[in-house]
Amino acid sequence: MEDNPIDYIGIAGNKPKGKRPYFFDDPAVERVLNITMAIGMELAVARERVDTLERLLEDKGVLTREEIENYTPSSKGIEQERQQWHSEYISRIMRVIQQSMEELENPDKTLQEIADDIDKM
Amino acid sequence: MAAKNLPPTYDNIAQHEVFPETNHDERARYNFLANLNKHLAHVSQGNALAFKQRVQPKFKEEHGRDFENKDELGEAMAKDQHYQTWSALRRCTMEMRQQAGRSLTYRQGAELKQKVDKLNQGKSTLILNDDVSPPPYLLAVDNHIMPGSYHTELFEGDVCNAANYDGGLFVTTAGLLGKYSDGGGKAISQWVRDNHPEFKPKRILDIGCGMGHNTLPIAKMFPDAEVVGIDTGRPMLRYGHARAIALGYDNVTFQQVEASKMPFEADSFDWIQTTMFLHETGGKSIYNIMNEIFRCLKPGGLTMHIEQPQYTDEMTMYEKWIRDWDAYNNSEPYWSKMHDIDPKELMIKVGFNGEDYMQIGAQAINDLDDGTQKANEPEDHGRSPIWNVFGAWKK
Repeated sequence: MEDNPIDYIGIAGNKPKGKRPYFFDDPAVERVLNITMAIGMELAVARERVDTLERLLEDKGVLTREEIENYTPSSKGIEQERQQWHSEYISRIMRVIQQSMEELENPDKTLQEIADDIDKM
Repeated sequence: MAAKNLPPTYDNIAQHEVFPETNHDERARYNFLANLNKHLAHVSQGNALAFKQRVQPKFKEEHGRDFENKDELGEAMAKDQHYQTWSALRRCTMEMRQQAGRSLTYRQGAELKQKVDKLNQGKSTLILNDDVSPPPYLLAVDNHIMPGSYHTELFEGDVCNAANYDGGLFVTTAGLLGKYSDGGGKAISQWVRDNHPEFKPKRILDIGCGMGHNTLPIAKMFPDAEVVGIDTGRPMLRYGHARAIALGYDNVTFQQVEASKMPFEADSFDWIQTTMFLHETGGKSIYNIMNEIFRCLKPGGLTMHIEQPQYTDEMTMYEKWIRDWDAYNNSEPYWSKMHDIDPKELMIKVGFNGEDYMQIGAQAINDLDDGTQKANEPEDHGRSPIWNVFGAWKK
């Protein structure tokens, strides 16, 4: 690791000017969300790296670190597969929001209410 | 079933000699963020639904009337769970974007400075001036929550935030501005060429040019013109100048100038342009800047200003309110106030004739558009590359 006089890790996470807006009633919930999303992103990053490795192994049967660093999708098809993965992955971790939107569109009964209904059926 | 409207991968961004290098994981991080931005544009549609289905009905029930103003509406929406979730995720995504860009640029900060210095050395087309400071409205806030904004140098010759901006625009807009993020500059220069073929500007000024991404398409469309880009952010000017040299431009000067005190002679420019600049100024400064534009523009000259969509009477209160989200939560506060100014009146006040005023709609010219990006995309308020352009000829 070469010596870098710039504390780029600390600098990268600096807060911008102005009081940070929090949107949830409890800021702690929002902090957990922020950490969760960062972990989610890093999983995406790791997955993309594995994808790269697999493709390189498949293509060449030989692997060097440099090849991983310089890999870019070699066709529109591969590019789309990778973007498709991101799209699916995001939908997966955003499931709860999708469901609350669906519920907004189609308000539903609670299971207690349904149990009461069924009791009469 | 394939997902629709996949954004282009970061590999498609145009590289040049001073562009920040990225390793595999840094590009993957940007790919994730571009996709997440796109996804959140869809999640944002739930806000309108929540407003219509539960926030507005509840307010009407409790108060026996509808919302009277945006503040009242905002207060009620702020309590809505969907709005809270979307807002928290969008803010989080923007912060992750800044962190991702700053970590990759600052880790190569010394190298970026060296590359930029090498291209800038001995060039008369980069004019820095120690006596010019960033105006108070820029010091009050870090626009787009980029810590340090356009002007801060964490070490001498620091250009990291400019390089961060260069790569990051592609991620925030999911590539909709094209591979050089120059879709706005391309749109306006094409409009001028198509609509006024007789107009042959010899001297063009771009105010608030930043890293020059929208200045260069103008210089390309009018290669015989002398183009001057001004800004107060030294990192932007140094990086923008080196970027222009690296991309083969020799007709653009980058100069450290404050827009409300321009050192240029009266009647000295044929065309004065601003692109997404005025909403990052201030309530008094915008008049001073427009005064300077009128003074420096030659009779027969043109001034055009690409801005956020204008708020119209036909727009619902909800839409006006949601369009203000970025102003407060993406730190572009003047955006929320600029809507109170009628651009036509602004221009008349500094000397333009009302009958010479014009207003057009513009959309980014995107060289990455392969026809797969258009279908059924919800409008991402404040992010879509669809703009209002206003301006006038000086008679």
